Amino acid sequence: MERRPRRGRRSARRAVTGWLFVAPAFLVYAVFVLRPMVISVQYSLYEWDGVGASTWVGLRNYGRLFTESALSGSIVNAFKLIVFFSFVPVVLGLLIAASIRQIAASRFAGVARTVLFLPQVIPLVAAGIVWSWLLSSTGFVNQALGWVGLGSVARAWLGDFTFALPAVGVIGAWVLLGLCTLLLLAGMTKIDPSLYEAARLDGAGPVREFRSITLPALRQEIGVCVTVTVIAALASFDIIYISTQGGPGNSTMVPGLEIYYLAFTERQVGQASALGVALMVLVLACVLPIQWLTKERD
Amino acid sequence: MLVHQREAVVGRGLLILLMLITVLPFLSLVVTALHPSGTYPEGISWPHSPHWGNFADAFRAADMGKLLLSSVLIVLGVVPASLLLGTMAGFAFGHLRMAGHRVVFLLFVLGLTLPFEGILTPLYYQVRDMGLLNTRWAIILPLIGLFMPFSVLWMRAHFVNVPAELSEAASVDGASTWQQFWRIQVPLATPALSSLAILLFLWTWNQFLLSIVLVDDPTKRTMAGALGAFQGQYGTDIPLLCAGSVLILLPTLAVFLVFQRRFVSALLQGSVKG
Repeated sequence: MERRPRRGRRSARRAVTGWLFVAPAFLVYAVFVLRPMVISVQYSLYEWDGVGASTWVGLRNYGRLFTESALSGSIVNAFKLIVFFSFVPVVLGLLIAASIRQIAASRFAGVARTVLFLPQVIPLVAAGIVWSWLLSSTGFVNQALGWVGLGSVARAWLGDFTFALPAVGVIGAWVLLGLCTLLLLAGMTKIDPSLYEAARLDGAGPVREFRSITLPALRQEIGVCVTVTVIAALASFDIIYISTQGGPGNSTMVPGLEIYYLAFTERQVGQASALGVALMVLVLACVLPIQWLTKERD
Repeated sequence: MLVHQREAVVGRGLLILLMLITVLPFLSLVVTALHPSGTYPEGISWPHSPHWGNFADAFRAADMGKLLLSSVLIVLGVVPASLLLGTMAGFAFGHLRMAGHRVVFLLFVLGLTLPFEGILTPLYYQVRDMGLLNTRWAIILPLIGLFMPFSVLWMRAHFVNVPAELSEAASVDGASTWQQFWRIQVPLATPALSSLAILLFLWTWNQFLLSIVLVDDPTKRTMAGALGAFQGQYGTDIPLLCAGSVLILLPTLAVFLVFQRRFVSALLQGSVKG
């Protein structure tokens, strides 16, 4: 009879302690993330120049995301970038990882792990600067094209209306390829080698092996790669700010950069917030299905 | 086993190619930095007489000493606080599991994939109203908040796997939760903590967007923010820009190469958990 209330008291004290442990983290998170999130939604319903009085405009700022080509174009560009930031690194990473699986444990591969992570360690700004130079009219890319007799296609890649977006995409692919390759390789080393032995004995070739053993076993790792790279594409800012500033014209404009310009150059705080909210929703709408699809189901 | 051997050769070849593609841009950066200041070098080419002095010029132009100090101060502001608060909350969510913790935990999960641009505008006005604009606090405080979902999830993942018997034994001995946390749980969490510290260091050091929006003075920014300002100033002098970029990259690269084993495993785990 004595026991129950005592236990209740103990668990009550435990709960209080627990919340005290959570409180500081939650406070900082609430002030610097949750509050701005809510205020983003509030701002997005107004027209405001950041200084004077604000005017209620309802959902008009959201409507403009569909009707104004500068805004809708930035969202379309973000999706085009997914091809370069996500699709290319994941597919190439899969092929490369599958080909080097056999030497994954060697010392040479250990050195490669360090080298391939370099783009993850440097700021994206640096990647932007380096590649702006490589892709410029006198840069290495054009020099190399000259060597193989393709000098006629040389151009200032980042200043070209047609090629600027793919050129920016190449920078993103360079940053993310090493990460994807190593993540997928780490996943492959966990696959039981006897599966491959058995497949060899059954006369399976490398392609068959890849499709029936490697690919299914990597479901989770592929999910991680796709998630990370899709977010990198949709929320891209640093590389584009440095290499093209969204130009030429609006050909490389992305939502992140457009928010920056709208809020801090054009003083359209409401419109910037609406695009910000849309970007958050977009990222969630893309990431949640990927997470759900690739989750391990026991 | 002839097949295996041929595949190993192909694998090695591919790996070398991939490493070349990774390293080439860095090589281009260093080689270009050695050309005479103000020239437009042709692709990757070794200069007639390498201008090592460019690095000294860039060091002065970029005010490297101040930049390093600023980045270190910002990292010292962000990382220890994030570790402490993240570990405490992670401990509560993963180990104490008090009633109702799931709802609050979900709120943290919500922020995990948040693009910084999404809250940038209100954050600017909030930081302005707090009177923190153009101070390092304008970067430090928001970053602690923005990294909190990851920090909490990371530490929770550690504490979920700590056996309950451990703290039961301690409480029989009369240790309070606070004592258990500091004397038993935190020491046991060292590997998780050091990986998290590495990731937070890297993300803080490389943070660009908050840096340029909330702080005008490059010597009060992070290294990445300062690099952005340097590009704005010397964008037309390619050799000097490259020399400055090399200098600004060196500290991170040095730290990375010294602790590369820990970095690589932290980065691998970090992407899986994030």
